[in-house]
Amino acid sequence: MVIDLDRCNGCGACAVACAVENNVPPAHQQANTRNAVSLMNVSAVSNHEQFPAGDTAYIPMFCQQCENETPCMTVCPQNAVDVDPVTGIVGQVPQRCLGCRYCMTACPYHARTFNWRDPEWTDGMKAQLNPAVAPRMRGVVEKCNFCHGRLHAAREKAAAAGRNEIDPADYVPACVASCPTNAITFGDLNDEESDVCRLSKSDGAFRFLARLGTEPKVYYHTTKPWVRALAERSLTRTRQEEFHG
Amino acid sequence: MRSAIVLTAGIVSGLALGWFVFPLALYSTEPQPLHFSHATHAGEKAGMACADCHAVDEQGRFQGIPAVAKCAECHSAPIGESASELQLVEQYVTPNREIEWKVYARQPDNAHFPHNAHVTLGAMECADCHGPHGSSDTLRAYQVNRISGYSRDIWGPNISGFASNPWEGMKMDRCVRCHDDRGRRDGCVACHK
Repeated sequence: MVIDLDRCNGCGACAVACAVENNVPPAHQQANTRNAVSLMNVSAVSNHEQFPAGDTAYIPMFCQQCENETPCMTVCPQNAVDVDPVTGIVGQVPQRCLGCRYCMTACPYHARTFNWRDPEWTDGMKAQLNPAVAPRMRGVVEKCNFCHGRLHAAREKAAAAGRNEIDPADYVPACVASCPTNAITFGDLNDEESDVCRLSKSDGAFRFLARLGTEPKVYYHTTKPWVRALAERSLTRTRQEEFHG
Repeated sequence: MRSAIVLTAGIVSGLALGWFVFPLALYSTEPQPLHFSHATHAGEKAGMACADCHAVDEQGRFQGIPAVAKCAECHSAPIGESASELQLVEQYVTPNREIEWKVYARQPDNAHFPHNAHVTLGAMECADCHGPHGSSDTLRAYQVNRISGYSRDIWGPNISGFASNPWEGMKMDRCVRCHDDRGRRDGCVACHK
């Protein structure tokens, strides 16, 4: 997957589509950014300059599908996380999760969220639940699986036609399908002729925290150097934090 | 001597409780809403194939148990005069009300079983998993686990977990064994949802 940050206008359609597709319940009353369930987050970042040099960018952040030493998989005591040997997608099976949240600590991208409560939908919303994705219960961690329900449907369609390989047009995650500016490109990175492979090798393509060596399979693209510099930013302590210890 | 008799009697009654009484308490039995004979439909009388009713739609999705509209294609008026035939037409087909079948093979919410991948690509027969269900003359009673809410067919009829027939039990270990035998390399999310 390649996300063009120059095209992203921060509308949040991807986050909404993600929640609808994956049966993420509406946030409860006391929800905040730390305890709400959200598989896809869009953050606004600024270069902290005054007008006219001031600039803002929006960064959709979700599971980056690490290939190498996948941190969440490595630490999971339950084998609830695995990297699919065929697709390379890091899969999370919430039903195996015991809720230790070790993976949330290990994830460099804060891409995992914990279900602090049982999901609650109003009656009208229950009729809209997606039957292709099982709802999660209280006490388990969840994350983006690249819309596995859509992959299942594409595979089923291919199998009905007697094909082993899916048609790439049939499998597009909800965030990609919903993006009004077509900022997200999805496909097979191993396919040299695919758009996503070409974009991932283009000028301005980068990955967040690439220095960690986890080889994420989500690429970002920007022409703005200050946005790109964020990708490798370390958590430096502010002067105030230094003062207070 | 007497204590040995008491011990043996205790063990025997404990085992009897565990093996024979516990299963009765564990499962509740629910009747199907309507009599249905697979033998009549798939046998010589009607000569239908499994896929005539348990079809795949144009999106490639397996339809499972057909809607009452499928029954209505033939049974818009009663065929014969049996009580269940009249019940079908009067209570379901004419008011176009769906029959609330209890699905023996219903898997838990988090399991994804693609029929096309197994039947079309994998060349499996319906009976490989569903046994002789397609030639049964009556619908056996549906048994549901009181704790999990799952059909008894998932665990299998034998409470010990050992299957006396290859189609008994529809648990994950059976999926895994078959996939391993065929050298499939799948992640968890290939079959879980």
